[in-house]
Amino acid sequence: MNESRMTWYKKGLKDGIPIALGYFAVSFTLGIAAKNAGFSAFQSMVTSMLINASAGEFAGFTLMAAGAGLLEVVLMEAIANARYLLMSCALSQKLSPDTPLHHRLLLGFYLTDEFFGLSVSVPKTLNPFYTYGMISLGAPAWAFGTYFGCLMGNVLPVNIVNALSVSLYAMFLAIIVPPARKNKTLLVLIIISMLASYLFGILPIVSEISSGVRIILLTILLSGAAAILFPIKEDVTNES
Amino acid sequence: MNLNVYVYIAAMALVTYLIRVLPLTLIRKEIKNTTIRSFLYYVPYVTLAVMTFPAILDATGSIYSAWAALIIGILLAWRGKSLFQVALFSCIIVFVLELFIC
Repeated sequence: MNESRMTWYKKGLKDGIPIALGYFAVSFTLGIAAKNAGFSAFQSMVTSMLINASAGEFAGFTLMAAGAGLLEVVLMEAIANARYLLMSCALSQKLSPDTPLHHRLLLGFYLTDEFFGLSVSVPKTLNPFYTYGMISLGAPAWAFGTYFGCLMGNVLPVNIVNALSVSLYAMFLAIIVPPARKNKTLLVLIIISMLASYLFGILPIVSEISSGVRIILLTILLSGAAAILFPIKEDVTNES
Repeated sequence: MNLNVYVYIAAMALVTYLIRVLPLTLIRKEIKNTTIRSFLYYVPYVTLAVMTFPAILDATGSIYSAWAALIIGILLAWRGKSLFQVALFSCIIVFVLELFIC
């Protein structure tokens, strides 16, 4: 058992290298967003150590920079991270039923899109040590990337900061585009979401709505409509 | 932002952790309701799409480099490139274009 733990841990380390590199680049941008929200480098690192969620943290920083209240930030956090509810359900099916509680608590803390994607891709049940291998590199990369982004974001030349600023959005694209290639409904839904987001930003009246509330509203409206009009068939959720 | 920053961080962390850990620890059976499953399935895509566009267009120094990053990102992601490659090449295209534009 200990030997298989070690084997899985090492495999996790190896598979986690590209994730950790990507996390460092993306969290660097996140650090810049944190600075704009008035965070110190240490505070931004603590945030990344405790939350480990790109979209959630980014949304939080954006709202706080806009002076949003605690309730709006918490609500946004719940929406931005709602997908983890489903991933958490899916991951629970990957664990052997006798997996002790402390493994479940730890896996839940580090349930990110990328760790989840790799973890559910193993055949049969998941050995938590595989995920711990990925986390050992990815989590520090995430926290330190945020720290250095907040610390040095304003020191770097503006063209480098501009270039790094798109990495977060590129990461979002890397998450949403590949499944849309296989699923036409998803493809259309993503295009409609982007169009709606654009229109909400320029049309009279609705453009008065704050960006956080806009994201919450559009997510509930469009996901709800898609769920009713195009209910998914079994097992599609396990592929994401 | 009147409250202490750490109150915000703690609240965000608590909400995020509860969402992630509760199903993993409490629900050992699969969710059967198709509408709820479908809703949860679609949520990440809509949220991330809404957050990406049009915000990405304001992220760089020029709207042309931003469009280029968006298109490169979509193309590479469509071809199944890794998270790291998609992020890297989107950054590079912005950097290179802005050398010429600005």
